[in-house]
Amino acid sequence: MSGPVSGAVAGVSGLTLRYGRVTALEDVTLEIPSGRMVGLIGPDGVGKSSLLSLLAGARVIQDGAVEVLGGDMRDVAHRNRVCPRIAYMPQGLGKNLYPTLSVEENLDFFGSLFGHNKAERERRITDLLAATGMTPFRSRPAAKLSGGMKQKLGLCCALIHDPDFLILDEPTTGVDPLSRRQFWDLIDRIRVTRPGMSVITATAYMEEAARFDWLVAMNAGRVLASGTTGDLLSRTGADNLDAAFIALLPEEDRGEDSAVVIPPRIRDDSEIAIEAEGLTQRFGDFVAVDNVSFRIPKGEIFGFLGSNGCGKTTTMKMLTGLLEPSEGRAKLFGHEVDASDLSVRRRVGFMSQAFSLYAELTVRQNLELHARLFDMAAEKIPARVEEMISRFDLADVTDSLPEALPLGIRQRLSLAVAMIHAPEILILDEPTSGVDPVARNGFWRILAELSRKDGVTIFVSTHFMNEAEWCDRISLMHAGKVLVSDTAEGITRTKGCATLEDAFIAYLEEAIAETAPAPALAPEALAAPAPAAGLAHPAPQSAFSLRRLLSYSQLESLQLQRDPIRLTMALLGSLLLMIVIGLGINMDVEDLTFAVLDRDQTTTSRSYIADIAGSRYFIEQPPLSSYDEIDARMRSGEVALAIEIPPGFAADIAAGRNVQVGAWFDGANPTRANTVQGYVQGMHADWILRQARQIYGDAATTGSFELVTRYRYNPDVRSLNAMVPAIIPILLLMIPAILTTLSVARERELGSIINFYVTPVTRLEFLIGKQLPYIALAMLNFFLMMAMAVTFFAVPFNGNFFGFTLTALIYVCATTALGFLVSVFIASQVAALFATALLTLIPAVSYSGLIDPVSSLSGFGRVLGEVYPSTWFITAARGSFSKAFGLAELAGPMLAMGIAVPVIIGLAAVFLQKQAK
Amino acid sequence: MNLRNTFNLGVKELRGLWRDPVMLVLIVYSFSLSVWTSSNAAPEALTNAAISIVDEDQSHLSSRITSAFYPPYFVAPQMITTAEMDQRMDQGLDTFALNIPPDFARDVLAGKSPAIQLNIDATRMSQAFTGGGYIQQIVSSEVSEYVAGYRAATALPVDLALRARYNPSLDPKWFGAISSVIQSITMLSLVLTGAALIREKEHGTVEHLLVMPVTATEIMFSKIWSMGLVVLLGSAFSLVMVVQGLMAVPVQGSVLLFLAGAMLMVFAMTGLGIFLATVAGSMPQFALLLMMALLPLQVLSGAMTPRESMPEIIQTIMLAAPNTHFIILSQGILFRGAGLDVVWPQFLALAAIGVVLFRLALIRFRKFLR
Repeated sequence: MSGPVSGAVAGVSGLTLRYGRVTALEDVTLEIPSGRMVGLIGPDGVGKSSLLSLLAGARVIQDGAVEVLGGDMRDVAHRNRVCPRIAYMPQGLGKNLYPTLSVEENLDFFGSLFGHNKAERERRITDLLAATGMTPFRSRPAAKLSGGMKQKLGLCCALIHDPDFLILDEPTTGVDPLSRRQFWDLIDRIRVTRPGMSVITATAYMEEAARFDWLVAMNAGRVLASGTTGDLLSRTGADNLDAAFIALLPEEDRGEDSAVVIPPRIRDDSEIAIEAEGLTQRFGDFVAVDNVSFRIPKGEIFGFLGSNGCGKTTTMKMLTGLLEPSEGRAKLFGHEVDASDLSVRRRVGFMSQAFSLYAELTVRQNLELHARLFDMAAEKIPARVEEMISRFDLADVTDSLPEALPLGIRQRLSLAVAMIHAPEILILDEPTSGVDPVARNGFWRILAELSRKDGVTIFVSTHFMNEAEWCDRISLMHAGKVLVSDTAEGITRTKGCATLEDAFIAYLEEAIAETAPAPALAPEALAAPAPAAGLAHPAPQSAFSLRRLLSYSQLESLQLQRDPIRLTMALLGSLLLMIVIGLGINMDVEDLTFAVLDRDQTTTSRSYIADIAGSRYFIEQPPLSSYDEIDARMRSGEVALAIEIPPGFAADIAAGRNVQVGAWFDGANPTRANTVQGYVQGMHADWILRQARQIYGDAATTGSFELVTRYRYNPDVRSLNAMVPAIIPILLLMIPAILTTLSVARERELGSIINFYVTPVTRLEFLIGKQLPYIALAMLNFFLMMAMAVTFFAVPFNGNFFGFTLTALIYVCATTALGFLVSVFIASQVAALFATALLTLIPAVSYSGLIDPVSSLSGFGRVLGEVYPSTWFITAARGSFSKAFGLAELAGPMLAMGIAVPVIIGLAAVFLQKQAK
Repeated sequence: MNLRNTFNLGVKELRGLWRDPVMLVLIVYSFSLSVWTSSNAAPEALTNAAISIVDEDQSHLSSRITSAFYPPYFVAPQMITTAEMDQRMDQGLDTFALNIPPDFARDVLAGKSPAIQLNIDATRMSQAFTGGGYIQQIVSSEVSEYVAGYRAATALPVDLALRARYNPSLDPKWFGAISSVIQSITMLSLVLTGAALIREKEHGTVEHLLVMPVTATEIMFSKIWSMGLVVLLGSAFSLVMVVQGLMAVPVQGSVLLFLAGAMLMVFAMTGLGIFLATVAGSMPQFALLLMMALLPLQVLSGAMTPRESMPEIIQTIMLAAPNTHFIILSQGILFRGAGLDVVWPQFLALAAIGVVLFRLALIRFRKFLR
């Protein structure tokens, strides 16, 4: 089953990959030996991740050939065959994990994707958790794990199906030394139990790379060299890998002098720059920083080390006044830090963990903005900006946007910005994370100069041991406590270790043993015989697996349950919108205000007014007394209709003289105005006819006729009776479609779509699996809306409820599928959201017979109207509510939509990419 | 509060916006094309209504009536039988069916007031109402022309001089255009500030700001003035160039007074935008919240249908929304030429709501920064 120990597990030749104009890989040819631990080294952005994702089959091959496990990765059949034998852990802490799912749920999901049954999954999860010491965290959400634990969980997820080829992309970046060591120990032990397994790892830590069997050094999309560690060292004549790598680089990329030399500090502890006394920070029950104290003299470079989430950043925030300590005091230059005192901030420069400059401003604009914000005198700014540009070597990039720059230069820019106001203290939170060795060296040279020449006190956190050694003193932090503060040598000596890293790990292990009786690693768990060969790859992978499909359903419903905003949208969104539209878009025009300027004041004039005042449409306001008043009251919107009855109205009528009643109405809102006009004309005609009858008797009726209007299906002509059956189809279209679009777009944006790329799940399983929970939700919504229609809105339902429910079910199958179809084409969540809203709403409102019957449309609108599912469901809804449709009448719409469902899903599946572009 | 910081940060917001092509397109679109299309799309009172006629009279009068229905208000009527009528209406093919009874013309002349039956599919609300009125008018005028020769002077000499003010021809474009400008102001002031804040949060630049000597109030005001300025300029452009210029809609009142009102509106809405952005964790969540917030605000504020036809409780609740007051004041100013003496209560209400929203947003914003 496992390949031979010798030979190649994978090979690429002539491999070239471009993202737009950027070339990520250029003509790479490489053989990766089987059964070995292969390391891929090189700085950020040289194509390591691209190479790994191509090997994993997660990305479309553009040029060249990729052969993995004895087959061409271009070949879909081969990919499908070998993907259960490959495990891929992408870059980024917990990138392919689902943050709201617990450790166990994550593992369970991956297990079921690879076709294990419940008992088998349970067994494997228990084994893996025991082996990695994660058993106590089984039910903790992945988002709440520390970086190291996230990576362990990622590894567990990768190992759950016993892969033959394990691809790890920078699994230990941003992880503390102890977790890093544990991680590699774990891999070693797994390799003992599964000797045939090949591992390829990208890493930025050269000291880690030293323990690999075989190395590939990469730069700028090309392979610089490959071979064993010894090979590389002897070839370059260097004594460590850092130096060897730099020596392998082309001349122009090597930077200046490769070694960083920090001149010794002249000890002068007379002035204390930073002082912490018993700093404590609690978030609820959680103690993030626990009684931390230190004193840092002026001009010192003070290093801060510790795992992710140990409280380093929180401590820094307290020092800068971003956070108020729960207990204890932080002092800068003897003055207590006061969050509301902005003057302290002027003496401190802060560079946060994430690259945090304005991506939309150029390098120069960034510098200028910060200078202004720090209240520098306007005339000094240009000179200072120039000074920073030359000092930090930014002259070539002053007008570039930061995002276009390599990470190393961006870090220099960040530092320049933090230094612009010449602060006396610099607080740097992991400034070199992810930066290549050459750029890191350059960065530290600047720090050294700042400290030694300008007397700037530097407080810096880092994960790199060589950087820690360059600091004057270092503190090691763990779980909110400072374990030790001393010089690097002092720490190493105290623990009697060979290296600083060993000493730190010794401290960490000690601390962990004290705090919690360690979930000691249990090697015996892994030593248990690996599952029988047959079980390891249970699959001849079937073309369709209900288990995989349902695992996506399960995943989707769990995620939905844990996202309050999406869940609210899904459950209450439609009800809220139904109320809004039902009540808001009301065609009934009632309670219009009117006032009268009655210059006649007779019984006749009053009978004319009484006709209007008595109708349910109008409410009489205090009478008017002049034209000016008409103007004023109409202008303020107080009256919508003003009527003027001329003097001598009654007398003129009696005498048969022509009279004219004046009426003015507010035409601002034409829809309302039209209605008002109709009402007034109708009442006027009615009044005249009655008066004429009184005077002339039947002779008055010559030429008259009666228009008997029958409002069918809605005899009371209630707006709601007509609106509600039309709203339900629209809402059942828009909201489910938005939710399904988001579910795919989210995976893409967060990166977990990789799981779809590299696992055996098929497109249809992926889509239908995701669709099921949304269909269930939409049906729940349907019932809620029906209940609300019948009770709250009191709209009578006359049709066959069972038949209508069935029609609705088919309809939501189609609408959820429509969402997928949109998501296939649109990448970002926000764009997908609005595109879906528009793309579903416009055809539904304009071409589905909501306003104009489809029969009166023409051209493209007609064609779209005939096939769009909403047309059929609106007909069915109106028919069921008002026209007492039975099953027979519903059969037509059901059939039409029933054809649409597989067509839409099929289109979505065809266009859905099973690999990244 | 340091005004210089507020100014500098605001300039930064404007630069950021300048580099965001999607937002720029959205702004330009909302204030130009969207105003143009949505006002033109405002349906004429009636278009292409589907009508069929059962003519059992077959007289001169009935054929006059039949030929009086023609596009664009109606499609050419289908001549059908009584039996077909019910079936066609059930299938939703016709919205109107007019049934002219036998001997209709004769009975009209004889003064027997015969009944003519109009069936309306009332599930098509908007067409049902306006169409019913049109049909009544059309039939009436045909009948009265027909009987004109025979009629004795029996009608009362009372005329109704009915005049629509502010929009004499009841051109729906006027209302549509101005409503659409108002809608764009509402939407953009929410989206621009909210999205700007979330973008900063996602990039981690908010935290960065806080270590500098700037306060939360300054940050909020910088976003409000810069995005408010964009929205104000956009609406001024839209009103003067697109609505008044291109579409030749007469604006009665003072555009400056309207813009002053819009300024208060933008102040209130940006506060709301920041508030929503602090509630939402990410851009997609913000977009979802936006959809749930924007629709009720716009639909129930009186922008689309008159406030007075909404239930009392909704009217009361919506008094808390800035839109309601803004719509009253802008309709007053732009359509009816109202001055500050008329709309001052709305100005006052908007300012009060703005201050409350700003305070709430500031409290949330401070927490959000922690």
